[in-house]
Amino acid sequence: MNKVILSGIFAIGAAFAALPWLGVPAFWESFLYLLFHWIILAVSWNILSGYTGYFSFGHGAFFGAGIYGSAYLAGTIGWPFLATLPAAILVAAALGVGLGAVVFRVARVRGELFALLTLAITFVLATIILNTKIDGGPGIYLIGVDIPKLGPSQSASIYMMGLVAAVVTLAISYIIYASKFGTGLFAIHDDEDVAEVMGVPTYRYKLYALAISCGLAGLAGGIHAVFISYVTVSETFSIAVPLSVVLMSILGGSRHWIGPAVGAVFITCLLYFFTSGDYAVFGRAMVGLILVIVILFMPSGVLGMIAQWWRGRTRPAAAVSPPVHEAAPTAAIVRLAAKPAPSTDVLLQVRGLTKAFAGLRAVDNVTLEVRKGEILGLIGPNGSGKSTFINLVSGHFKPTAGEIIFEGQNLAGLDAHRFAQAGIARTYQIPRPFSQMTVLENVAMVAMFGGAGMSRTEALQAAEEFIAFAGLSQRAHALPDDLNLHQRKFLELARALAARPRLLMLDEVLSGLTPSEINEAIEMIQRIRDRGTTIIFVEHVMRAVMALTDRIVVLNYGAMIAQGNATDVMNEDSVKAAYLGKAHA
Amino acid sequence: MAFPSLNLLLQSILSGVFIGGMYGLIGLGLGLSWGLLRQINLAHFGFVFLSGYLSYHMVTVWGIDPLLTLLILAPLFFAIGVAQQWLLSRFKISPFNSLLVTFGFTVMIESLIQYVWTADFRKLQSSYGEEKFKIGGLFVPVPELLTLLLAILLAFAVWAAMRFTDIGKAMRAMAEDGPIAAAFGINQRLLSLLLSGVCVAFAAIAGVCFALTFTLTPTQIFSWVGVVFAVVMLGGLGSAIGPLVAGIIIGVSEAIAMVIFAPSWAPIVSFSLLILMLLFRPGRA
Repeated sequence: MNKVILSGIFAIGAAFAALPWLGVPAFWESFLYLLFHWIILAVSWNILSGYTGYFSFGHGAFFGAGIYGSAYLAGTIGWPFLATLPAAILVAAALGVGLGAVVFRVARVRGELFALLTLAITFVLATIILNTKIDGGPGIYLIGVDIPKLGPSQSASIYMMGLVAAVVTLAISYIIYASKFGTGLFAIHDDEDVAEVMGVPTYRYKLYALAISCGLAGLAGGIHAVFISYVTVSETFSIAVPLSVVLMSILGGSRHWIGPAVGAVFITCLLYFFTSGDYAVFGRAMVGLILVIVILFMPSGVLGMIAQWWRGRTRPAAAVSPPVHEAAPTAAIVRLAAKPAPSTDVLLQVRGLTKAFAGLRAVDNVTLEVRKGEILGLIGPNGSGKSTFINLVSGHFKPTAGEIIFEGQNLAGLDAHRFAQAGIARTYQIPRPFSQMTVLENVAMVAMFGGAGMSRTEALQAAEEFIAFAGLSQRAHALPDDLNLHQRKFLELARALAARPRLLMLDEVLSGLTPSEINEAIEMIQRIRDRGTTIIFVEHVMRAVMALTDRIVVLNYGAMIAQGNATDVMNEDSVKAAYLGKAHA
Repeated sequence: MAFPSLNLLLQSILSGVFIGGMYGLIGLGLGLSWGLLRQINLAHFGFVFLSGYLSYHMVTVWGIDPLLTLLILAPLFFAIGVAQQWLLSRFKISPFNSLLVTFGFTVMIESLIQYVWTADFRKLQSSYGEEKFKIGGLFVPVPELLTLLLAILLAFAVWAAMRFTDIGKAMRAMAEDGPIAAAFGINQRLLSLLLSGVCVAFAAIAGVCFALTFTLTPTQIFSWVGVVFAVVMLGGLGSAIGPLVAGIIIGVSEAIAMVIFAPSWAPIVSFSLLILMLLFRPGRA
């Protein structure tokens, strides 16, 4: 986290706080208030939707909950106004968490569905408020509500409240952006399943982000109630709020902490100066046109464009550097002198593990042990259940039956991030890097959330080491899309290692590599084991299986048909039959 | 809570069926482009209203019969749909960004309508606009009946086209897996232009029906978004018959909620249905 940026936010806030005492006209106070208002809404929306990619169209609902929370408590019941603001935050956050707790449980509610659900909530909430005592139809007047004296005039007081809320919102947005929490949210954005397997508690993180986002929207609503002083359902819950907020964030750049604020300032000024007076109709049309042009020509927003341009400027240096595999041998890793002998201690014990998909038993009653320090080969024909086995032991699938005992603790049935935190890591056969994070960030992210559980600063340092180990130092700041397959496979490895796993599962890391690349990879896997990591090695390249493994296990149709020393197992009749058919055996 | 007479209840259910026909008609084109082209075309609502206003203009100023305006508006809007698709595919717009771009179009259409026809209420007056007849004790208004019949006709026409014609099969293949379909010789580009054109032409037809039945005002555009989205989601994206069925279910349940509770409670019905469906059968979408 950069202290300079944080103090910068507060310094600019303090400068704006001086304005009312300098005799600025009331017009400017209310204009700037509106600016703050939209900054809070757009930035708070972005904390959930920009960072995690779960677009909410329900920001109007949370904002409306805040408005009505404050309006009802202050206007109808007669609470002092400042006391209603925490209530507005709480009501909005509780609404969000209640919604999220249900919605995020349904694994398939992602993306568009989440957007529609939140839109639907807006209409439901509006209908309830309209038909109950909270509003009842005529709206709520706040004319008689005392506004606390925070400035020389009433409009100055509202201005000050908006300013404080905007500064707090920006600070929170930045703190999250630069924290481990924020990294987890970005990982959810890029690939939620992988994020969970790498150790991000995705469900909890999404709820936290939703709560913060909704709470801030509620705060904006609470303050806005006294600004407009007459609250109605049709104005509060209009579609304009969620759509403006989305527009501002996209325009500014939703992957950046300050992007939505840039967009908010731009759109608010545009709307204010174009839609007042005789040209109101043209102003609205202009806003529509600008939206179209922005999305067509810069889909990642103003700050996204700047970031891209910046990367483009720094890339040429990387392009002329030598290919990575030539750099690999120079990586500063000290190899242990002797290969450690596998011990008899059991690291992982799998008992009666079964996974059924609607009747098909992909893994059927498998019982096996993995000993500390060994490389266990897991082989079998295509469709024999190897990948399902890995998905079970990494926690991605929950087993239908059976136990997964890792270092004495039964993990079966827990969420995948608990497996990662316990010290299990995996690679994917088809590399699944977080596409909008650089190589360095990809690796650091796993160091933060995996078994190592480092802080962000430590993780970034450790990531450098693992990238060097995988020979990717030259490409540390490249995006995964710019890597070739070989480099992506090594990124997968570096990422799995950064978790400092005690058990590493390699899912066909060699497939698609050339013979010389395979040699390099085999050598690297040996070095990984030399560091004391136990490995489950799923592979079709038999040369590598024979060279690397201490023992092998053979699966066929989900069941274990043989295990033991590689040469012995490959000569068993049942194994030959599985691979080559019955006639041969 | 009030207990309505049987006749009132039946009349409400009938009007629910009619409004359901309207939902289904608007939802048809929206759902097709969403499901098959992966574009959430918010401008669909703008096109419905634009077509409604154009029809109003032709009838009131030029004295053309409302149904004849269909013959002019449907081809015109087909061309608009093709143009929009060309623009969106030219820039390789993602589904989510398509929502934002078409929102931009909608705002522009709304401004255009407001500029040309002002924000005042406009009602299309035609020879049969107010006509209704009586079956049993129930009044059947002609424009609503016309809307429902058109909705049924178009839904079944699309269903049959998707099922039995080569173009329909090609479209389903394209929706399933674009690149693979293209590898088997399907002209993806042409098909999507065609499909988008048809969807927007459907919007034009819905617009004419809308003008026949409802009072027009530009700010109403967005008030239809929520419930039609619910209809499309409930009916299934890319389905031909689904939106009509879902539209009628929602229309009828709203109508019943209106007579039993109060008209202002109606929105909660469609959205509760939508929320329940999304939570328990998210696979539908």
